[in-house]
Amino acid sequence: MTETIQHSVISVLIEDESGALARVVGLFSGRGYNIESLTVALVDAEQKLSRITVLTSGTPMVIRQIKAQLKRLIPVHDVCDLTEEGPYVGRELALVKVVSSGDRRTEALRIADSFRARPVDTTAMSFVFELTGSPEKIDAFIELMRPLGLAEVSRTGIAAIGRGPSVFHLKKEPV
Amino acid sequence: MTAAERDAGTGNEALNGAEVLLRVLDEEGVEVIFGYPGGAVLPIYDALFKQDRIRHVLVRHEQAAVHAAEAYARSTGKVGVVLVTSGPGATNAVTGLVDALMDSIPLVCLSGQVPTKLIGNDAFQEADTTGITRPATKHNYLVREPGTLAQTVREAFEVARSGRPGPVLVDLPKDITVGKAPLTKPALSRLQRLSHQGGPDAEAIARTVEAMKTAKRPLFYTGGGIINSGPEASELLRRLARKTGFPVTSTLMGLGAFPSPDPQFLGMLGMHGSVEANMATHGCDLLIALGSRFDDRVTGRVDAFSPNSFKVHADIDPSQIDKIVPVDVRIEGDVRDTLEALLEAWGDTPAPDLSTWWNQIASWRSVDGFGFTQDMDPSAIIRPQHAIRRLYVLAKETGRDTFVSTEVGQHQMWAAQHFQFDKPNRWLTSGGLGTMGYGLPAAVGAQVAHPDALVIDIAGEASTLMNIQELGTIAQYRLPVKIFILNNHYMGMVRQWQELLHGSRYSQSYSEALPDFVKLAEAFHATGMRATHVGELDDVIRRMLAHDGPVVADICVAEGENCYPMIPSGAAHNQMLLGPDQDSEAAGLTEEGKMLV
Repeated sequence: MTETIQHSVISVLIEDESGALARVVGLFSGRGYNIESLTVALVDAEQKLSRITVLTSGTPMVIRQIKAQLKRLIPVHDVCDLTEEGPYVGRELALVKVVSSGDRRTEALRIADSFRARPVDTTAMSFVFELTGSPEKIDAFIELMRPLGLAEVSRTGIAAIGRGPSVFHLKKEPV
Repeated sequence: MTAAERDAGTGNEALNGAEVLLRVLDEEGVEVIFGYPGGAVLPIYDALFKQDRIRHVLVRHEQAAVHAAEAYARSTGKVGVVLVTSGPGATNAVTGLVDALMDSIPLVCLSGQVPTKLIGNDAFQEADTTGITRPATKHNYLVREPGTLAQTVREAFEVARSGRPGPVLVDLPKDITVGKAPLTKPALSRLQRLSHQGGPDAEAIARTVEAMKTAKRPLFYTGGGIINSGPEASELLRRLARKTGFPVTSTLMGLGAFPSPDPQFLGMLGMHGSVEANMATHGCDLLIALGSRFDDRVTGRVDAFSPNSFKVHADIDPSQIDKIVPVDVRIEGDVRDTLEALLEAWGDTPAPDLSTWWNQIASWRSVDGFGFTQDMDPSAIIRPQHAIRRLYVLAKETGRDTFVSTEVGQHQMWAAQHFQFDKPNRWLTSGGLGTMGYGLPAAVGAQVAHPDALVIDIAGEASTLMNIQELGTIAQYRLPVKIFILNNHYMGMVRQWQELLHGSRYSQSYSEALPDFVKLAEAFHATGMRATHVGELDDVIRRMLAHDGPVVADICVAEGENCYPMIPSGAAHNQMLLGPDQDSEAAGLTEEGKMLV
């Protein structure tokens, strides 16, 4: 049995009810599992289902435990390990504020352009860039902004979905 | 005629939430509630007062209500029900809820809450009960709308008893129980997606039986799941063991599923298990875990646990499989179905020749790890193991159906080692959480469920004091429970660990200023007895068993006795400490182990 630490992106479909997120977060903290990022939002208003995407890490045995423990929660409808099930798209959105002037400001704008980061707020002294991509891409962008007046960062954490026509929530027919 | 049927003709007349609650409890077959009133649950107590179908047992502390309900559930197979008020009522219940969660006991705990509008205002006796009990329950609910009350309570019962059983809490704001609420008809369960579909995996069963046919040193390792699955599962286990001739060992929680006196039974395994059970676990080539969860008290050092065996794990909770010990075959599902499938697949295969294995087991058995020497001079000090053996023999002589609860510590392990069980659901103990103070309220619950049975709490003097107030409950309901205290003036297990691991520095483990248990019994309208020497023991036990009311028997036992065998934390099964004379380092007692619990 390999003891290497692996990263996993796990999607959880959970009933949108009071305390549902606390059950998931409490499970991770109570059992000592990692949360590297977590996103949650309602995805099915009719069935009142939210989708949680957790980026976590652990040994293969721990990752299996995380999935099994999540499935025990009563409001959880389904759990999917996107990392294991096949190729997936994982995207994160970041808002990055850069405060600078002169050459540094120009350079920030030039780099933002090459990353396809969009200025969504501009003042004479600052930009707020909106950027989506893999966490690695966002990390790289932030590193490049650091010497150029990086002032503040807000990140959503990863939202992810499997590639191809198959859908994770099997109770629903693919459209 | 149920209450629901009585209403059928008249439609749902205007009922308040408390009345709806009691109607649903009645529908669910609830006969007894263990509880304690308070402001937030006054409407429910008022509704209880006005009906006579559901009996309420008034405890003296909410923790005891939960333990009593646990024992009621464990000894009957039904869901235990608890009713507590908001704030301190609910927080006092938390220990019991975690106890039930760890030992998979089906419970529904109804807690009062401040009115919906006051939630979050730090109101009098307000606590965030659903927040506090989220990790203490299998699931919990806060009822916010009168329209959801009936269905929520029904669902709570379904969650409690389905799959791997556990405690469920329903928090009931006072406006919900005071105000009108509809007695809605049972709706289709939204939990069907949770129930295990179909029987155990056929391929897994085939692979298991294949391994069973070729194994030279097989072993069944059975747990509390067999008890939870119902008496039929115990019966199927017995049949499978007969057909295969395999030895059986059990966890603490599984005792009684297989008859202890049976020659195929090796006794309990684990930290204080028998030599033969632990050596067989270490040496087997096929280990079949049935409704057990590889608890650390069972496995000892995990990387040395049963190192050369092919492992099969059958459990109703998939998260338990591969959690601690990686296995070769996983079987998900109710262990009753698994046993049935194994029996069918085994068919008429003759029992294999396991004589070499049984000879090996016999040689381990001859070590007699539970052995002790009792000086039978009448003035000799009583050894605790002797007291339990005599209790077993004399209780058996009464021919009565006997239920035994325990507190937690040395006496609990000695009871597991020396008291014998031949039926399931008769052994009530706090396994996973190890809750001192469990046994006395558990005896209350068992006696309420089985009024004519003999119910004995095998206790230690320290543990039993943790819920001694329940002598009041025992008096009020005239419950003839027998509290058999092995009084060694120490928190014995703490003292034992301090002796073995902390240079005999007995820090805070001496039971100073103990009450006179005989007088204490009398103060609570019970009968007190005391045995100080071997010569008095049998007489005290006989008088205790013959008495038709509650008895507190203070059995003064040897103070320095340790519980053996013992696998020290961090050691392997073949590194048992057998007695005080053994070199503790050779037995795997290490600095590293000292860090473990």
